[in-house]
Amino acid sequence: MTPAPSVILFTVLSGMGFGLLAFLGAGFVQPAGWAAFFHWGLGYALAVGGLSAATFHLGNPQRALRAFTQWQTSWLSREAWASVVTLLLLAPVALSDWLGLGWPRISGLIGAVACFATVFTTSMIYAQIAAVPRWNNWTVPAMLLAFELTGGALLSGQVLPALIGCIALILALYAHKTKGDVAFAKRGQTLGKATGLDRVGSATVFEHPHTSPNYLMREMIYVVARKHVARLWPIAFGLGAVVPALLVAALPAHPLTFALAALIHLTGALASRWLFFAQAEHVVGLYYGQRAV
Amino acid sequence: MTQLPTHTAKKLGLVVDLDTCVGCQACVTACKGWNDQGYGAALSDQNPYGADPSGTFLNRVHSYQVQPDVGAAQIINFPRSCLHCEDAPCVTVCPTGASYKRTEDGIVLVNEDACIGCGLCAWACPYGARELDQAAGVMKKCTLCVDRIYNENLPEEDREPACVRTCPTNARHFGDFADPDSNVSKLVAERGGYDLMPDLKTKPTNKYLPPRKKDIPQEASLLAPLLDIQATGFAGWLDKVLGKLG
Repeated sequence: MTPAPSVILFTVLSGMGFGLLAFLGAGFVQPAGWAAFFHWGLGYALAVGGLSAATFHLGNPQRALRAFTQWQTSWLSREAWASVVTLLLLAPVALSDWLGLGWPRISGLIGAVACFATVFTTSMIYAQIAAVPRWNNWTVPAMLLAFELTGGALLSGQVLPALIGCIALILALYAHKTKGDVAFAKRGQTLGKATGLDRVGSATVFEHPHTSPNYLMREMIYVVARKHVARLWPIAFGLGAVVPALLVAALPAHPLTFALAALIHLTGALASRWLFFAQAEHVVGLYYGQRAV
Repeated sequence: MTQLPTHTAKKLGLVVDLDTCVGCQACVTACKGWNDQGYGAALSDQNPYGADPSGTFLNRVHSYQVQPDVGAAQIINFPRSCLHCEDAPCVTVCPTGASYKRTEDGIVLVNEDACIGCGLCAWACPYGARELDQAAGVMKKCTLCVDRIYNENLPEEDREPACVRTCPTNARHFGDFADPDSNVSKLVAERGGYDLMPDLKTKPTNKYLPPRKKDIPQEASLLAPLLDIQATGFAGWLDKVLGKLG
């Protein structure tokens, strides 16, 4: 799948934003006054910024409100609902923290759970697609939730949750990579099987239906250079989880430590999300005889 | 609405005969021609006369070379378009309800006025049947020429999809798969029509007929039995003597 910047930014930024909002809502850190304004503001900015980045790849974004209608079947619609409900649930707690109103934090606790539910719905948009074998398994929600936990813990300055998040992230990334690397082969789909021509003999592409790439090829058939994959996976593991964990464990628990760790984590998250899209192969590539190796 | 109907009264669809398709691309052209002027946004082209022309098509014809175990390789042309699946994954993923499957005849359509162009349905389709029009920003797909098949302003013989109507080798057939006596149901039963990627459980309506087995060319001479003559009498004695000398 084409690693479009809009969807990479959407999933990475909104994941981190909802992570931070979850820690704020649950009361792990309870800033007051302008500190609260900037903490909550960062959470809202990342979450809303990520969500609005997603609208950049829409053909007709002016009709985006219609995406709230099909929650019964569509994970994308459920995500729209989950994100709006979560942001609304947390709003009173954010106001209360900022203005020192001392309102009860119960909607913050519910909102914290809703933050994770929102990222789960995001992950299911991808994990539901049977036509992309690399995505079509539990490792996608596991990975996005681990990113949310890690990003949120780092941005809210929580040492233990950050360490737990980094370990969960390493495990989830490893599971996603190893399961994903064999997912396509495990399906046993080939050009011959996809066309049904294996009943005649062994099939190869003789001629493409069109002379230059079309929407399908631009959107769904993305061939990644093997050397980029080999370089980016260590970056995803290292900058996404290992280095932030070491920084948080070794350096004093100072805001600068967390800011540095969060920035490094963000770089790793972007690298891993680029791989998430770029390495995912759609079965339609079989008809074009194109499979990235 | 994006909930799939549990049952459709008819199951309209196509049978594509891979035996007779010659890959002339007439169906591609007829499809583009018809769908460019009536139903929904026109199928746009980008840079059509430039170095890198590209455009929206609802039907694409691939060509494959297939090498059987015995005999020469064959070229098999393979038209690919929407299969109007019973369990269409493209419909259920749609967040706006723009994608839907009709209860009356099973045709999968897009309500372009509700489509936000998110492209998720195109991702969900394993067959590459949906293309996002780059000019209109809405998803385009085969409508089974819904504006022809019920159109009483057209002569009766034209009330079938443009691709079927135009096919010069009769490689495309249109009909109702819910009726076991329809032309398409009979063809599928007689010729062993099959589904594409059945393991993905989309239950496609359209079926493909496999190419018929090719004859194996006769390599031995037709005169072979006559060449193996046993000589008798004088010729037989001569043959034996000469054989001993040799």
